[in-house]
Amino acid sequence: MSVIEVRGLRKRYGDVEAVRGIELSVEAGEVFALLGPNGAGKTTVVEILEGYRHRTSGETSVLGRDPAAFDRSTRERIGIVLQSTGVDPFLTVRETVELYAGYYPQPREIDEVIEIVGLVEKRDTRVARLSGGQQRRLDVAVALAGDPELLFLDEPTTGFDPGARRNAWQIVRNLVDLGKTVFLTTHYMDEAQALANRVAVISRGEVVAEGPPSTLAGRHLSETTIRFGLPAGAGSLPESLGVIRERDGFVELIAPDPVRTLHELTGWALARGLALEGLEVARPTLEDVYLELTATEEGEP
Amino acid sequence: MNDLRLTARQVRFTNTAFWRNPASAFFTFVFPLLFLVVFTALLGSGRLEVAPGLFIEQDRYYVAAMGAFGLVSATYTNLAMSVTFSRDAGVLKRIRGTPIPGWVYLTGRVLHAMGIALLLVAITAAFGAAVYGADLPTGLRLGQFFSTVVVGGAAFSALGLATTSLVPNAHAAPAVVNAIVLPLLFLSGIFIPLEASSPHWIVIVGDLFPVKPFAEAVRASFYGPPFAFVWSDLAVVAGWGVAGLLLAVRFFSWEPRR
Repeated sequence: MSVIEVRGLRKRYGDVEAVRGIELSVEAGEVFALLGPNGAGKTTVVEILEGYRHRTSGETSVLGRDPAAFDRSTRERIGIVLQSTGVDPFLTVRETVELYAGYYPQPREIDEVIEIVGLVEKRDTRVARLSGGQQRRLDVAVALAGDPELLFLDEPTTGFDPGARRNAWQIVRNLVDLGKTVFLTTHYMDEAQALANRVAVISRGEVVAEGPPSTLAGRHLSETTIRFGLPAGAGSLPESLGVIRERDGFVELIAPDPVRTLHELTGWALARGLALEGLEVARPTLEDVYLELTATEEGEP
Repeated sequence: MNDLRLTARQVRFTNTAFWRNPASAFFTFVFPLLFLVVFTALLGSGRLEVAPGLFIEQDRYYVAAMGAFGLVSATYTNLAMSVTFSRDAGVLKRIRGTPIPGWVYLTGRVLHAMGIALLLVAITAAFGAAVYGADLPTGLRLGQFFSTVVVGGAAFSALGLATTSLVPNAHAAPAVVNAIVLPLLFLSGIFIPLEASSPHWIVIVGDLFPVKPFAEAVRASFYGPPFAFVWSDLAVVAGWGVAGLLLAVRFFSWEPRR
């Protein structure tokens, strides 16, 4: 049975429909990423699943329960990292984890939790004296304190520097090793790519693509681009190379059959003694796919 | 872990955090004593006629009044502000996502505030006895005094929680809370004694709100005759407390109000 099941989920705030019929399913042990730009409806979806907001219509099930009516025993199996939350600034890291661990029947060892999030050296430091990144790691520690099966992480690394993000990713990977199911929201494509088994891209309240990051929206089927610099006076390329475009002073070929196109191109260049500066063959990155999927965002009324 | 132990645990952690915030602890504990010293120094030790034919020394009047003020500060003002801060900092929202029942968490905060209030009243009474020769309640009066402090503490805590729903954000908390509590303290004779000669309307308005009956119950239980301890004063305070609790249950918000 799925850990999370969402069918036809809709949420309306006044005249605005923030979530417009979403379908999702998350399996046990999976890292699922809900990816989308700011304002796409990610937080609304995750907060409905956490029980903070109530849906306008549709079906939602989390750990077999309706999140609109979570009971205490279901809450004991869920850990939540909200987008912005606080803890008491005057308690130390260890005291904070201890306080929250005490709300759960079978908490994880406090020092172990602190170690998982890498705050061992700060364990006796007051929360007020932690950096922003350290406070975010404490958020994760607090969510882990009760040893939940399911973790919600709402934009866990927003505002992190690159090093801190790598550390946070390692923490999420540690959670997977512990057998947790993780439901993650992010607006960073690389984060979804690095962490998730499955990604749903959400745009204006709708899922526009779903799948493993490697094949998202038919990315594996998409055409390959061959890119290179052409020296001045090289003459025109053979027409058989197909669709040609120019970008940033480089020539780009759209190659449905890259082996043949590349062979023809290099043959043509060698015959003329031309160096194709910066030659590269690239499949579209997840970022390209993502930008294309969410491009409708702008220009809409 | 059962809910009683969970509540006790919440009190313990709230207490740890409370004493690590020196500014908050300082104002809670020092204000009543500071006011007691300043008011008695300014106004001398003359006699007040609080009702026709009913006299009390100025300094003894203020010992009881500042005890009442301390309790209102430690419960009503403290909770209305600190719970609003917790709400705006997202602490309450996070608590809401854990298995701890909301009432257990809030009861922990209230019991802590009541404990602080009790300590503060005891310190004010001891200070009053040592410096101004105020006699401390014993026997039946001690029982009445303790009942007054417990009923008042619970009622003003409930009203403090209810007030958080009137406060739009943490920045506005001191302004809103003071706008409510300061006029009431003046109308209730806490800072400026109400005497037999005070304007009639002030006496009437003061009687409508819980601070004045509470302060009178404190004074009567503290000093005994000729001040009459009337249980109906406590009933008024308790009635306000129940109303506060109902309002809090209905309108309390666990998430920042943006």
